[in-house]
Amino acid sequence: MNKVKSMEAAIDHIKDGMTIMIGGFMSNGAPKTLIEAIIGKGVKDLTVISNDCGHENEGIGRLLAEGRIKAMYASHVGLNPEVGRKMASGDLKVTLMPQGTLAERIRSAGSGLGGFLTPSGVGTIVAEGKQIINLNGKDYLLELPLKGDVALVKASIVDESGNCYYRGSTRNFNTLIAMAGDYVIVEADEIVTVGSIQPENVATPGILVDAIVKAGALS
Amino acid sequence: MEGIRELIAKRAAKELADGMVVNLGIGIPTMVANYIPEGVDVILQSENGFVGLGPVPEAGMEIPDIVNAAGEPVTVIPGAAFFDSALSFGLIRGGHVDITILGALQVDEQGNLANWMIPGKMVPGMGGAMDLVVGSRKVIVVMEHTAKGKHKILKRCDLPLTAVGEVDMIISEIGVMEITMEGLILKEINPLYTVEQVQEATGCPLIIDPNLKSMMA
Repeated sequence: MNKVKSMEAAIDHIKDGMTIMIGGFMSNGAPKTLIEAIIGKGVKDLTVISNDCGHENEGIGRLLAEGRIKAMYASHVGLNPEVGRKMASGDLKVTLMPQGTLAERIRSAGSGLGGFLTPSGVGTIVAEGKQIINLNGKDYLLELPLKGDVALVKASIVDESGNCYYRGSTRNFNTLIAMAGDYVIVEADEIVTVGSIQPENVATPGILVDAIVKAGALS
Repeated sequence: MEGIRELIAKRAAKELADGMVVNLGIGIPTMVANYIPEGVDVILQSENGFVGLGPVPEAGMEIPDIVNAAGEPVTVIPGAAFFDSALSFGLIRGGHVDITILGALQVDEQGNLANWMIPGKMVPGMGGAMDLVVGSRKVIVVMEHTAKGKHKILKRCDLPLTAVGEVDMIISEIGVMEITMEGLILKEINPLYTVEQVQEATGCPLIIDPNLKSMMA
């Protein structure tokens, strides 16, 4: 099944108020074309789940600069000073958590798990309001799954059925959100025919993908 | 004469042994990589998703798809491996990282660490620090001993914690300290300072190792 779509068709599904998972670590492996397309479409009041908020007016920072994000779940927002300003003014609610907890919460949602127990954050403000479970003399926090209405994935190469290959360190959260989003859109530098990617090099199986667009191709 | 930061990084590098998997934080910790002793092969982990972190590329030679945990262009060495963030933090929490070297705002005599926020002032987020400190086999804090004279090594941290009781060692420009059940032991000293001066710069009682050595040796 060929899942390559026009940008308009690919993001048709995205509506105001949705929870959007966005791949990438800073700008590395972030779907910048999709971010611009969403801004162009005018959707707002988004809840964004992502490792970070990019830099000021760059990457995910573009969505923030355009005032489209009402809430964020992230592990680090320090490199985008606008996050702090919008938090202080009450325009943005940010939930910070350890990066490993964020990754595992997303993985849990995509993997059918009810949650997991982690030692990260025990004895810190991360533990506030969470259930602490002691196993074999050690305390763990019960962390719950985190899923999205939509996942925006950035791949280096995708085939027309959605199989994704990631170069360098761009895999980061992309493979995880592809499992945890109800509707998965892949933006790729290169779109190739089915069979062009060696099966053992596929890091995100195409069965997870709903729509494919080319990076840089804003219509 | 070399700067304070170089001195700290150089001493921290002596903690690394052949074959170790090591995660270096941002700032002085990153500089530790410049002083790894000859003949010691360590594998650097980058928590955004790989092992085998190499040197920073020369200007114009950056590879856009490879960045470190600060989002800056880096290279990888032969034998490197890329993976996703869940596997990366599985490595970290699972005890597969031998040493984490990172900076601190405050450390206390019980090994508690505060390095991620100052309420009302700076809330950047903890990034991977909480997982790294909890999961690594050994945690070394490298930092200037005081913040312009204000104590950073304390009886109890008063900033929000990164983790409880996880720090094993502190290396500053004036001494090397180990955190033990008995308290903070001064193991090595910068010969330019006296024990009294190190104690004065420290906000909790120091136990002086009977075999106190020079940290320059």
